[in-house]
Amino acid sequence: MAYAAGVDVGSTQTKAVIIDETRQIIGRALLDTGANVVKAAESAFVAALEERAIDEREVEYIVGTGYGRYRVTFGNTQVTEISCHGRGAVHMFPGTRTVVDMGGQDTKAIRVSSDGEILDFCMNDKCAAGTGRFLGAAAAALGLPLSELGPISLRSDKQVKISTTCTVFAESEVLAWIGKGKRIEDILRGVHVSIASRSVGLMRRVGIEDEITFTGGVSRNIGMVRAIEERLERRLNLSEDSHYMGALGAALFAMDHLLEGRTPTRHTSALES
Amino acid sequence: MTITAGVDVGSTYTKVVLLAEGGQVLARRANPTGFRLREIAATTYDEALAEAGLTRDRVRYVIATGIGRHQVDFKDTQVTDLTASSRGSIRLFPRTRTILDIGGQTMKASRVNEAGQVVSFRLNDKCAAGTGAFLEKTARYMGYSVNEIGPLMATSKEPVPISGVCAVFAESEVINHLSLGTAPADIMQGAIESLTGRSIQLMKRAGPEPEFTLIGGILHFETMARSIAKALRADVNVPDPEMVQFVAALGCAVLAERRLAKLQAAGGMRSGTQAVGS
Repeated sequence: MAYAAGVDVGSTQTKAVIIDETRQIIGRALLDTGANVVKAAESAFVAALEERAIDEREVEYIVGTGYGRYRVTFGNTQVTEISCHGRGAVHMFPGTRTVVDMGGQDTKAIRVSSDGEILDFCMNDKCAAGTGRFLGAAAAALGLPLSELGPISLRSDKQVKISTTCTVFAESEVLAWIGKGKRIEDILRGVHVSIASRSVGLMRRVGIEDEITFTGGVSRNIGMVRAIEERLERRLNLSEDSHYMGALGAALFAMDHLLEGRTPTRHTSALES
Repeated sequence: MTITAGVDVGSTYTKVVLLAEGGQVLARRANPTGFRLREIAATTYDEALAEAGLTRDRVRYVIATGIGRHQVDFKDTQVTDLTASSRGSIRLFPRTRTILDIGGQTMKASRVNEAGQVVSFRLNDKCAAGTGAFLEKTARYMGYSVNEIGPLMATSKEPVPISGVCAVFAESEVINHLSLGTAPADIMQGAIESLTGRSIQLMKRAGPEPEFTLIGGILHFETMARSIAKALRADVNVPDPEMVQFVAALGCAVLAERRLAKLQAAGGMRSGTQAVGS
């Protein structure tokens, strides 16, 4: 049995996925990227191997993706995260035509064809406004774990209007609202709505077509899922593995390469080298 | 002796200056603003008064400025930050025509005429890149406090380029540089230079003319003024280190003197300004 791996080195977290020849996920790992990017990539890969005690040598092809993809020193090649998220999303939800990927420092809207080919994409390139980092700033200001923000925001019946665009200033705005006696759930609801509206703006620029699949770390946040769904008035596809979508896409490209010759596939064209 | 006060409730620090007739600064005081603006303004004011051995009834006129100026309940009136900064700058450097004010969360460039009136200005208040928050964030990430930034940068030999586009993205660059073994001093100096780049752009949009006066807490870092002077290819005025953060508060106190003189010339006090009558 041949295995393939994808390692997605994001700005905030590093994800690794191992798949078998049937393209099923058999190992996954997630850890904070931190300062040592090379080490983070290695550690995530090793942790993913350990899930099923797979020998490193059995993984015949590895694709790196994410902002740190060139630091995956053991990788065979690299593919951009845009291609990987598109590929992963279409693999998991074949009806996907629009992908919204929300990570620690960037948010991307991607339009894909039925075979996972990237038709158009758009991302926040100027600054970190409207990304997961905005939630991180709010969590820091409130002293709450990131995972609680979404559920708390859903308890709100009267959202606070967040006026800050800059992620760095979000922290002071959250504190200012608390100072004015606003309830935490209402402030958090405002934070989610503000980020959701920026991401929907990006999606509109590439053109929104059903089905829409939400990927990236922030997709685990139920408050963000609901805020985007309400804004779009449509449902989003979500999976337990949404966070791993980029790594899964990378692993799928790696498997394409392995199976090339046995089952020809068009996806290899996305490989950068 | 007539005493006036200027209160500058900024996004990061609240500053108070007490000014005596004749221009002598009797006291100055700064505290982190936090989010209880009303309280911090009062506390900082009372601390300044205590430092000068004065009580509130000795102060004839109080002018407030800064984002929290509306929350100062002991003020007689208020002015915008730009007005306050220009009056303060002109008081210190009478030939000032262009002012660059870099604070914790804003960067402002303004051009003033001979009378100290603001003719044009440009602000950056939507984005942390180009403000003190950017430097603080960079320093904090590397484990340095704000007070350690200055001495640290003085040791920089070869600053690395840091993107001035977004403070959050800059943090990733800092991580990359650290993992490549770059000295923190060179990263910090790179951050200052990126801030310089943004400030020059902002000044250009306000139509700069000499003399240039630089104010705001950021100027505590000496390398900042040097870096701006080099980029402008011109000399710059920088207030003494103990005054650099207080220029807008000083401007308020100066304006307070003028208002008071006007009121006295008009021969009476408006009702509600009892402090003036005492």
